[in-house]
Amino acid sequence: MNTLLVAPILFPLLLGLLTLATWRYKKVQELINVAGAFIFLYIGFRLVSEVLNNGMMHFQAGSWEAPFGITIIADTFSAIMVLITTVMAFATSIYSVSSMKNKKRLLSDMVGKKRQFAYYPLLNIMYMGINGAFLTGDLFNMYVWFEVMLISSFILLSIDGTKKALEGTFKYVTINLISSAFFLLGVGFLYGLTGTLNMADLAVRVTEIENQALVTLVAMFFLVSFGIKAAVFPLFFWLPASYHTPPISIAAIFAGMLTKVGVYSLIRVFTLIFIQDVGFTHTILLWIAGLTMFVGVIGAASQYDMRRILSFHIISQIGYMILGLALYTPLALAGGIFYIMHHIIVKGNLFLVAGLANRVKGSFEIRNIGELVNSYPFLGVLFLIPALSLAGIPPLSGFWAKFFVIKAGLEVQEYFVVFVALLVGLLTLFSMMKIWNEAFWKKDPGKAENTDQVIPGLFNRHNIFMTIPIILLAMITLTIGFFPEPFFQIAERTANELMNPSIYINTVLGGTQ
Amino acid sequence: MESLLAILIGGLFASAIYMILRRSIIKLIIGLSLLAHASNLLIFTISSTVRGKAPLIQEGEKHITEAVADPLPQALILTAIVIGFGVTAFTIVLIRQVYQIVGQSDANELTLTDS
Repeated sequence: MNTLLVAPILFPLLLGLLTLATWRYKKVQELINVAGAFIFLYIGFRLVSEVLNNGMMHFQAGSWEAPFGITIIADTFSAIMVLITTVMAFATSIYSVSSMKNKKRLLSDMVGKKRQFAYYPLLNIMYMGINGAFLTGDLFNMYVWFEVMLISSFILLSIDGTKKALEGTFKYVTINLISSAFFLLGVGFLYGLTGTLNMADLAVRVTEIENQALVTLVAMFFLVSFGIKAAVFPLFFWLPASYHTPPISIAAIFAGMLTKVGVYSLIRVFTLIFIQDVGFTHTILLWIAGLTMFVGVIGAASQYDMRRILSFHIISQIGYMILGLALYTPLALAGGIFYIMHHIIVKGNLFLVAGLANRVKGSFEIRNIGELVNSYPFLGVLFLIPALSLAGIPPLSGFWAKFFVIKAGLEVQEYFVVFVALLVGLLTLFSMMKIWNEAFWKKDPGKAENTDQVIPGLFNRHNIFMTIPIILLAMITLTIGFFPEPFFQIAERTANELMNPSIYINTVLGGTQ
Repeated sequence: MESLLAILIGGLFASAIYMILRRSIIKLIIGLSLLAHASNLLIFTISSTVRGKAPLIQEGEKHITEAVADPLPQALILTAIVIGFGVTAFTIVLIRQVYQIVGQSDANELTLTDS
C-alpha cells in the first residue's frame, strides 16, 4: 500500500477529527490546524515530486485487481491539483486565525461556538473530499467523494446562519443535488453500456460499443452534471447567488477550489472516456467556453460588491479553462492546466484581499468605501498583483496563462473564440480597475455599513495573520509570472498524459491493453 | 418486469420535475428526493433484472453459466440511498431554518442574494 498516495485523503480526515476533538480549546484547535496544514502542504509537495520523478502512481484498494476494485491513481494532473489544494488549505488556515474572530463575535456567543465546532473540522473533511475526487480512478467513487465535499460545503456555507447565508445555501444545495442526480444517472447509464466503472477500463470499453450515439448521449449527462459544478454558461446562476454569503475565508476556498473540481472532472472524462466523437462534444464545449467567458465578465461589470464582482469573474475564468479543453490540442490543454494553476492562487488571493479590505474599512460594497490606498498603500500593491494577473497583464502569471490558450486557439484557427477571449481580458481589466478606482482611489464617502467591526492596521496582532497568506499567495503569483518555464513544463507534461490516455490506461490495467 | 419498471421510473421523474418546479420549498425537497429515488431505480433496471439467481458459481463449474443478478448496481444503489438519506436530512433542517429566519416558504420570494 502506497502511503503517500492515500495521505492527501487520510491526513485531512485525521486533522478534521483532531480539530473536532479540541473544539473547546480555541488556541489548541488553531495550532493543530495550522501545523496540520503545514504537514498537508508537505504531503502535496512530496506527491508532486514523486509523480514528476517516477511517473504515475497507483494503488488498488484491498488489492483487488484493476477493473474490479477501486483504483486510486495520481497522474501529473491529479498531483498538481492536490498540491494546489494543500497550498490553498495552508493559506486559509493561517488567514482563519485572524479572520474567524472579530470584535462583535467573541468566543462566548453562540455563533462563535458554532463556528469553532464546525468550521475547522468541516473544512478539513472538505479537503478530504476534494483530494479524493482528484485521486480516484473510479467513477462511482468519484461520486462518493463529490458528496463528501458537497455535504461539508453545505454546512460551511450556512455556518453564519444569517438570512443571506441561508438563502444562498438553499440555492446552492438545490442545484447541487440536481447535479448529483445527473452524475448518478450518467454513472448508471455508463455501467449499463459497459459493465464497468473503472475509468481506465471504461476508456477501453466505450470504444467497443457499436452504438456510439448512446455514448455521446451519456457524455451529455456528465457535461450537465460537471457543468453545474464548474459553473459554465447556462448553468452558473447559483454561483453569484451563493458565493458572497459565507465568511470570507470560506468564500476564498470555495472560489478557488470547488468549481475547479468540476473543471477537473470535465477535463478528466472528456480526455479519457468521451473522445469518440470529438467533433460533436468538443464543439459544444467550445461554444460553452466562449459564452461562459463573455457572460461572466459582463455580469461582473454590473456589480458593486467586491465579492460579487469576484464571483462573476470565477465564471468568466472557467471559460478559459474549458476553452483549453475544447480546442483539444496539446498546447491548448497545457494552457488550460496552466490557467487552473494560476487561477486558483489568484482568485483565492483576491477574496482574501477583499476580506482584509472589509476588515480595515468595514464594507465589501465598493461604492461605500474609498481612499484605501492613502491609508494602506501596501494593501494596494497586494490587490494589484492578483488583480492585474487576473486581467492578464504581463509579466504576471495570468498573461502566460492567457497567452498559451490564445496561441493554441490561433493555431487551430478558431479566430472568433480567440477574439472573445481577448475581449474578455480587456473587460476583466475594466472591472479590476473599477474596484481599484472605487475602493482604493476615490474619496471616502464614509458610508461603510459595518464600522463597528473595523480593526485598522495590516500588521498589528489582530490582522497580521490575514496579511501573511496574502503576501504568500502574491509571491506565488509573481513566481509563476517571472519563471513560467518550469510551471509550463509541468502543464505540458500533464497535457501530454491527457492527450495519450493509453499511458493512464496501461498504468491502471497493468499493460494488458 | 422491465417495462413496468420503466413506466414507474418515468412517472417518478415526471413527478420529481413537477415537484421541483413548484414554488413551495417543501415540495421542492420532496421533488429532489423523488429525483434521487428515480435515479436509483434506473440504475437498478439498467443492469437487467434477473429474479432469484444469485451470482454464485455452481459446484463443479469454473464460471457462471446462466444469467444471474448483477450485485454491483445493488451495492451502488445502497451507497446512493445512504448518501441521499443524509442529504435529505440536512435539507429538511435547512428549509426549517430558512423558514424560521427568512420567514418565507415561497421560492419565488427568496431573492435576497440575487443580483
